[in-house]
Amino acid sequence: MSDAPAGRVFRRSAMRSLWKMTLTEMKLYLREPIAAFFTLVFPVMLLLIFGSIYGNEPEELFGGRGTVDMSVPAYMAMIIGTVGMLSTSINVATSRELGILRRYRATPLRPWVVLVSTVVVNFLMTFLGTALLIAVAKPLYGLRFEGDALGVLVGFVLSALSFFSLGFVIAGLAPTARVAQVAGMLIFYPMLFLSGAGMPKEIMPEGVRAVANYLPLTHVVDLLQGMWFGEPWADHLTEVVVLAAVLVVGSAVAARVFRWE
Amino acid sequence: MAQAIAVEDLRKSYGDVQAVNGVSFDVKQGEIFGMVGPNGAGKTTTIECIEGLREADRGGVRVLDLDPQRDGYELRERIGVQLQETALADRIKVREAMDLFSSFYRRSVEWGPIIEQLGLGEKREAYYGKLSGGQKQRLFIALALVNDPEIVFLDELTTGLDPQARRAMWQLVQTIRQRGKTVFLTTHYMEEAERLCDRVAIIDHGKIVALDSPQQLIDSLGVDNRVVFTVEGSLELGLLQDLPAATRVERSGDRVVVYGRADGLVGAVVNALEDAGVHFADLRTEQPSLEDVFLALTGREMRE
Repeated sequence: MSDAPAGRVFRRSAMRSLWKMTLTEMKLYLREPIAAFFTLVFPVMLLLIFGSIYGNEPEELFGGRGTVDMSVPAYMAMIIGTVGMLSTSINVATSRELGILRRYRATPLRPWVVLVSTVVVNFLMTFLGTALLIAVAKPLYGLRFEGDALGVLVGFVLSALSFFSLGFVIAGLAPTARVAQVAGMLIFYPMLFLSGAGMPKEIMPEGVRAVANYLPLTHVVDLLQGMWFGEPWADHLTEVVVLAAVLVVGSAVAARVFRWE
Repeated sequence: MAQAIAVEDLRKSYGDVQAVNGVSFDVKQGEIFGMVGPNGAGKTTTIECIEGLREADRGGVRVLDLDPQRDGYELRERIGVQLQETALADRIKVREAMDLFSSFYRRSVEWGPIIEQLGLGEKREAYYGKLSGGQKQRLFIALALVNDPEIVFLDELTTGLDPQARRAMWQLVQTIRQRGKTVFLTTHYMEEAERLCDRVAIIDHGKIVALDSPQQLIDSLGVDNRVVFTVEGSLELGLLQDLPAATRVERSGDRVVVYGRADGLVGAVVNALEDAGVHFADLRTEQPSLEDVFLALTGREMRE
């Protein structure tokens, strides 16, 4: 280039683009009212509705715990499912359909930056939704916590990542954003109610619960409730194995079916 | 002058459709090179193979002495690309988009002056989704310039813009070139190619049918100038056919077209008509254009 460009010249690294991309995606997520509502507001709304109906008195059905105690880890599973199967899949498919990913491809941006920033943003939103839930349940209903925070966090991260991978699978397989949305809803909503994420599994008949055991979200609910109440990991190996398998298989399939355009 | 782009025998097919069928050309550094042709002629496939977004089935492509497939990341550090089918998130602000895209490059320039020059200075805080078609297009050009690229690719730059916005865009392309950059553009508007490009490749059915400067193309085909006018009543066409400058005369209804060489055709026609006492009206001359070249080469008219 013979001519010197006007103004200053900047030199940057890949970490800089990861940071910018993550920050931008975060803002975009928060500016999308429907996604932000279902991740941040809706779970708190459910908590307030059922909390005001049932309160958080110890009940025999829940082994001496209250409805809110059971609901908080279950709603965490709901947020993980919503972000993974709806937000992730719809966002990725929409970015592809509109040609946003195509535009990124015409720059030196590395694909992993797009992937990592999507995962980071979705994780942060899931985390934020969970934090809000706890922040409301604790002072309002005297939420009980009997586990260790690290155990819950590890279970939370594993569950979130495996569900995000499912979101990428849906996005990759769906020809359009519309199909991704419908597919995500068709899979997620029945799972939400059968898994115990939306309503306590304890009130469901035996047959329904047997079916529910085949749903990945059920394992998220079981794992998070177990960790929440301080049960040992040894009691939850099934859940860990199932979710790890979903993560591995989901990621492998997602990588195969991913398309830039 | 050194070569910015060298393409040799490029071929690409999608299933049974041969989109690009043996295309070869060079683009010199600092020139505005245009590829024109109807929709579906293979322009976008060619440009995307050069940008490294698509892999050619066969043929050699070198851009800035790099292989677009093997050295894709390195190449995209040094080129700016405006794509035909693309978008940004509706709720991203102009400022955020400029910031984001600046971060993708090892080396980028201050983007403030770029959007200022593109007339988007007032729109820094506006959401992408709220911009007009022309503003979006200008934003994509701004994004293609943040890395101070050596070559700028513009694919169907003015499609969907009104004539005024189109003219403004032409001005802009000339400014880009004045800064020493090479411009590769595709268009299906012949007028655009004629006005902007140093050299034009006319592409049809995946092949280049002509490649030269617009004036050379027009001259080399010997396409005639035209004098067009209307007359009421009778006119002895032989009167005009006998003129040395005229090659051919056509009449349909009131409308008469005299084809011929540029020098002296108008004067000769007007004199002949006045000498014969013919009342004519709406007389104008039509210069041959790239449209005529395309018609002469392919036997078809360009349709949008």
